[in-house]
Amino acid sequence: MTPLLQVKNVAKMYGARIGCTEVNFDLYPGEVMGIVGESGSGKSTLLNSLAGHLTPDRGEVIFDTRADGPVDTVTMSEPQRRMLSRTDWAFVHQHARDGLRMSVSAGGNIGERLMAVGDRHYGSIRERAADWLGRVEIADSRIDDRPSAFSGGMQQRLQIARNLVTGPRLVFMDEPTGGLDVSVQARLLDLLRGLVREMGLSAIIVTHDLAVVRLLADRLMVMKDGHVVESGLTDQVLDDPQHGYTQLLVSSVLQV
Amino acid sequence: MSDYNFAYLDEQTKRMIRRAILKGLAVPGYQVPFASREMPMPYGWGTGGVQVSAATLTPEDTLKVIDQGADDTTNAVSIRKFFERTACVATTEETANASVIQTRHRIPEAELSEDQILVYQVPIPEPLRFLEPRETETRKMHALQEYGLMHVKLYEDISQHGAIATAYAYPVKVEGRYVMDPSPIPKFDNPKMEMAAIQLFGAGREQRIYAVPPYTKVVSLDFEDYPFEASKADHSCDLCGAEDSYLDEVILDDAGNRMFVCSDTDYCRSRREAGHSGRLGEEAA
Repeated sequence: MTPLLQVKNVAKMYGARIGCTEVNFDLYPGEVMGIVGESGSGKSTLLNSLAGHLTPDRGEVIFDTRADGPVDTVTMSEPQRRMLSRTDWAFVHQHARDGLRMSVSAGGNIGERLMAVGDRHYGSIRERAADWLGRVEIADSRIDDRPSAFSGGMQQRLQIARNLVTGPRLVFMDEPTGGLDVSVQARLLDLLRGLVREMGLSAIIVTHDLAVVRLLADRLMVMKDGHVVESGLTDQVLDDPQHGYTQLLVSSVLQV
Repeated sequence: MSDYNFAYLDEQTKRMIRRAILKGLAVPGYQVPFASREMPMPYGWGTGGVQVSAATLTPEDTLKVIDQGADDTTNAVSIRKFFERTACVATTEETANASVIQTRHRIPEAELSEDQILVYQVPIPEPLRFLEPRETETRKMHALQEYGLMHVKLYEDISQHGAIATAYAYPVKVEGRYVMDPSPIPKFDNPKMEMAAIQLFGAGREQRIYAVPPYTKVVSLDFEDYPFEASKADHSCDLCGAEDSYLDEVILDDAGNRMFVCSDTDYCRSRREAGHSGRLGEEAA
């Protein structure tokens, strides 16, 4: 089987300082990869480099495109990359406000990607927007409300709907549960898990919350100071941490 | 003869503006940056249009200036006087006799011909501006033809008002490539943009010039199930009785009486001179 995403020796430097370096992994269709680490460990830099928001200084990010098979997204042309990022890719920001258009209604937010790929039928756009609102547990009656009238959890769910409406195959998530209270987090995770399984999505989730990766991720990568210090199956890494930093990380979680 | 250089601007500036105009004509709908000059009038009063007109005028030209279709409003009168003084060109109120027409927010009702130039005053040239505030991003969107966002605006209109409520500055796609703001003309005028005359757009504050060459395809954006409609008030002109012209609504008194009149004063006058009359035509005459 061809990996959906092959990351080969990716490095991003900020001047002399290391953002992230020597990152290698393969992501297979339907697989969810977690990236954990403390603040400043380079996990968001890595995610942004993979998603095309930053240009890596070294390495290859090879995505298995529908049309042309595996292509290096770092060297592909910008129009192609932008096309990918609104069709086959999705990016869920930590702050829903970064990923939503706050002055546009919920329906318009969901419809934007559809219109960006050429859908010009109002009725069908609206129907799919309503369908997706339902899937992320937002009432139909809120379709014409602006996201600013939504709670934090609803905004995050709306952002997810907006991203998944074009049926992407790879979702990048940057701390999707950050800033939400635990019960809302639990519902969001439940929803994400359902969507990932149902749509057969592949995902890369960056978080510092080990509970999130325990629930969602099949595999786990632990980062520290821009380097990957440990990787493996999630349960294996969390239950039998080998690297000193991973042990610290796992033991830092409060057991309630 | 006045002490000004012909049409106020110096020759080098006019060359610079002409180069921008030619580039605009070569790439229909593309916003060409130009070094907009300070003009002796405030921004928002047509500094862009005036600079384009100044670069376009020749001593043999006949100039017509309209503001919302009217020849006799402040903006039109002052710009016409400006060119009478600085360029000493002939001026007219008759659409057919003008070779250069500077307009604010209307296209004349009378059909324009190949030897005419229509110059628009543009406040905000970027059609995507209110949806995407970053100039770097909108330029990229134009370059890559990512125009989905424009439809988000129309989507919002329909979801809030049940129909596309955008009534002026209605976005158009020029020659199947660039999405363009036609300046705040009523959408009633949009279909007229496929015309024989050259159309030039000048935005002074925003320092942009763009153009639509004669007979260029100009398509108003819409949805398959909510097609574009060129709407106007459902009345006829109360002075000249015209059914086909764009109308202004005028409140007459405190009792709620109102009248509808052609916004194109020249069109209305010429029809009345030809003997047409509307509901209030006799009283006014």
